[in-house]
Amino acid sequence: MRGRDDEWTGLMRSANAGDGAAYQRLLAAVVPVLRATARRGLARAGQPIDQAEDIVQDILLAVHLKRHTWDANAAFAPWLFAIARNKLIDALRRRGRRVFVNVDDFAETLAGEPAAETVPASEVAGHLDTLPARQRDVVKSIAVDSASIKATAAKFNMSEGAVRVALHRGLTSLASRMRKD
Amino acid sequence: MDTDQLIRTLAADNETRPRSVGSALAVALAVALPISIVAFFVTLGFRSDIRTAMHNPFFDFKFVVTMSLAASALVVGLHLSRPEASPRGWIWLLLTPVVLLVLAMAVEMMLPHSRPWLVRLIGNNSKLCMTAIPLLSLPLLIAGLIGLRHGASTRPALTGALVGLLSAGLAATLYASQCNDDSPLFVITWYSLATALVTAIGAFAGSRLLRF
Repeated sequence: MRGRDDEWTGLMRSANAGDGAAYQRLLAAVVPVLRATARRGLARAGQPIDQAEDIVQDILLAVHLKRHTWDANAAFAPWLFAIARNKLIDALRRRGRRVFVNVDDFAETLAGEPAAETVPASEVAGHLDTLPARQRDVVKSIAVDSASIKATAAKFNMSEGAVRVALHRGLTSLASRMRKD
Repeated sequence: MDTDQLIRTLAADNETRPRSVGSALAVALAVALPISIVAFFVTLGFRSDIRTAMHNPFFDFKFVVTMSLAASALVVGLHLSRPEASPRGWIWLLLTPVVLLVLAMAVEMMLPHSRPWLVRLIGNNSKLCMTAIPLLSLPLLIAGLIGLRHGASTRPALTGALVGLLSAGLAATLYASQCNDDSPLFVITWYSLATALVTAIGAFAGSRLLRF
């Protein structure tokens, strides 16, 4: 686990220094661990485990919007698992159960755990349609059409700065909508 | 949106960096503090004998207590704004003002007094103290909650309570310059009650507002 944790911490430091590719690699690397844990949490609470992907996306949004609370001198994994645990408890509670989630659940998850079938996530996608038009268009362009910030700016006749603002606001609104229901 | 798409989108937003919790809190308090200060001078102002009072160590000591309360609550509150933070080991910092106050009380007990202790405890201003501190702390409490919403506390009620302690400590610092009860007995009774009220409001608000 040490090697994995060190790798994550290094990637997050690079991400903070502005390396978007390192950030993308980090998020992709943590997803299997988050998915396995979400599935286990759902199973323990007697919930259908195929909803794990919604929880994973909820965690990713929180990780993204709260990443400034990570202390660059500390290891990344404990911070990540604290966020994930908080979101998992929240998600299970919203589904009507009071649960206790052990932090060890995360630590013992093997990165190589096989990915089982899951229903595609629907919550984030559902909330996306309720965003203000400008935010929705920008987020969809980048997420669904894989357009760059530059291409998105050209497509909607906006400045790149305005695209960045709309993107960030869109993600913030998505996260707060996830929290409300 | 599948998870890979979400990851790509988050990575595209990597350059937009939220400001740190400390600076968000500093900005919010910098807006709210003048409001409380103006409210204080408009409604109360310094006590008329403040120049003489400044030579009384028990008057000066009130500021040491209230400011150490605000400072320790600030330190612990910022610590708890990180999700993996545990209050263990840090929460003891909050005993600083309590210990100081108990020591001052012991010193005062040993000195000769013209007024009996119960009279000093009841004082002249208990009602004003119980009203002024909570009211003056309100703008600061709101600002503190707004600032710490930038954080990611996994203990929202506790963190809210700390914002309550911080704002009560700052408000009490203002109020102490008006209050002519300087006995540590008065402070430990009435200032603490007023602080407890603000702390309870902070905990309640925090449990709702500081979740993420």
